[in-house]
Amino acid sequence: MLGEGIIKGMTETARNFFGSYIDSDRLVTVQYPEQRLPLKENTRNFPFLVHDGDDPEKGLRCVACKICEKECPPQCIFIVLERDEKGKPQKHPKVFDLDISVCMSCQICVEVCPFDAIKMDTEFELSHDDRFRGLLLDKKQLAKPNHYYHKIHPVEAAEVDERLAAEKAKAEAKAKAAAAPKPAAGPAAATAGKPAAPRQPVPA
Amino acid sequence: MNATIELEATGKKSNFEILPKVTPAGEISGEFLEVSMGPHHPSTHGVFRMDVTLDGERVVKLKPVFGYLHRNHEKIAEGTAYLASMPYTDRLDYFCSMTNNWAYALAVEKLAGLQVPERAEYIRVITAELTRLQNHACLCGFLLQDMGALGTPLMYAFREREKILDLFEALSGSRMMCNYMRFGGCRVDLSPGWIEETKRVVENFPRFLDEFERLLSENEILIARTQGVGVLPAPLAINASITGPMLRASGVNYDLRKADKYGIYERFQFRVPLGDHGDVYDRYMVRVLEMRESLKILQAALRDIPPGPISDPKAKVRNFRPKAGEAYGRIEAPKGELGFYLISDGSPNPYRYRVRPPSLINLTILEDMCLGHIIPDVVVILGSVDIVLGEVDR
Repeated sequence: MLGEGIIKGMTETARNFFGSYIDSDRLVTVQYPEQRLPLKENTRNFPFLVHDGDDPEKGLRCVACKICEKECPPQCIFIVLERDEKGKPQKHPKVFDLDISVCMSCQICVEVCPFDAIKMDTEFELSHDDRFRGLLLDKKQLAKPNHYYHKIHPVEAAEVDERLAAEKAKAEAKAKAAAAPKPAAGPAAATAGKPAAPRQPVPA
Repeated sequence: MNATIELEATGKKSNFEILPKVTPAGEISGEFLEVSMGPHHPSTHGVFRMDVTLDGERVVKLKPVFGYLHRNHEKIAEGTAYLASMPYTDRLDYFCSMTNNWAYALAVEKLAGLQVPERAEYIRVITAELTRLQNHACLCGFLLQDMGALGTPLMYAFREREKILDLFEALSGSRMMCNYMRFGGCRVDLSPGWIEETKRVVENFPRFLDEFERLLSENEILIARTQGVGVLPAPLAINASITGPMLRASGVNYDLRKADKYGIYERFQFRVPLGDHGDVYDRYMVRVLEMRESLKILQAALRDIPPGPISDPKAKVRNFRPKAGEAYGRIEAPKGELGFYLISDGSPNPYRYRVRPPSLINLTILEDMCLGHIIPDVVVILGSVDIVLGEVDR
């Protein structure tokens, strides 16, 4: 029949048009700047550095081991280790720069970090009018407190805190064992000194 | 002829050339027009150029020109660690990052002798079939767009795709560049609500397919534009090593999920849809039917997924050095056979890394399908090949 296709097509359009008033599956758009969808738990965008406590300089978990710098596929991380006057390494980054115009949000730095120091942020409104300096984040801009990490990835952050607390307890036990007059060192003390293994996915 | 002479006199270079047409008897009759279609033509799905020689509006010669999006993927991969290439594979076929990850992980697992746990195998099947759903849905939308159904069917397809991408984001953290699979398993486990949400999406997907088909599959214009257009005979398809839905539309029963049985695909009941004529309509229908078969696999996989670990405990994230040797891992990606060929010399990075991209190899047969058709049909035929330029040029 002539025009059957048009009738069918318009029926479909009408179904979607009127359906969008009652069926949320048919109305998927939101008015973005005013209205925002909640972000997913696992959402990742660009990395940031976690710091414990309130002082971003002292509390930084990063020890400048440069594993992330080495493993980063597009090589967007630049780290300089801090040294004191005698040239002794301080386990603290003097410079930690991350070029987010190069970063491809692959999360490999997070996976390889043995100290849970670098995590993925969810901030996405990062446009800047300075093409070069604006997207090159330094240590100050990257450092964010642990409670911020808890806010954006609650489940993951709780797991990380648990693991870090367990490691700290182990290290303290080892320190106690070392201070005591030579008791038999348990298996826990033997392993506590090493950096933590890279994070393995934990089955639910 | 005059146009060429004029341009020569002014010193300008023409982007088309008018050639005399020579009959078998040696007489000049009429003229051919050589047109460069692309690289920024909207119908070419990216930066891809076709050098078309036209007789009136009929194509007498067609040369695909690609490489505008070349990013040196293979050489970069040879210079970096095995794991560092994983996020780059997302960017090959950016519609199907999950299947790209799987093919690469499969090759490295063969090389290093890693075992994938049961649960991870199920997760891989689920994500790969979801990828197939969204890729085929988008392809059908794009195909219709190429035929002049501007916007509307594509938006319906994208609406469904968005639901699947939301699932990917909840799982891996990123909508398109998932970077989810790891050697010997997957990166993170499914979050508790994820399976329920996926079940809901899978349940609602047939409704979209029914609507889409009711709207389009029997539409007179679609049938007139696609049936008998761009016929690819089965022998030619086999000789040109075409794979994927294009090969099956020509009537060749070859699906790696059945032929190679990688992963755990032998556990699932599904059929392989085959076409009869090898024209654009068959390619469209094969994809629609494949989506329905994928839904069956998804339902079974979501029902049977066991608890357990999701990664091989032997797999290392840092200092990963597979022993010397070579391996070829291949899977049935939505676009065809996607293979990764790796040679290891025992160092942290591969000695040789080669991708067998289905889009590129399916594209090589474009001229044979297009000869004798008019330009609007060439656009439709190119759309039915289902190319992604990120994968063609690498």
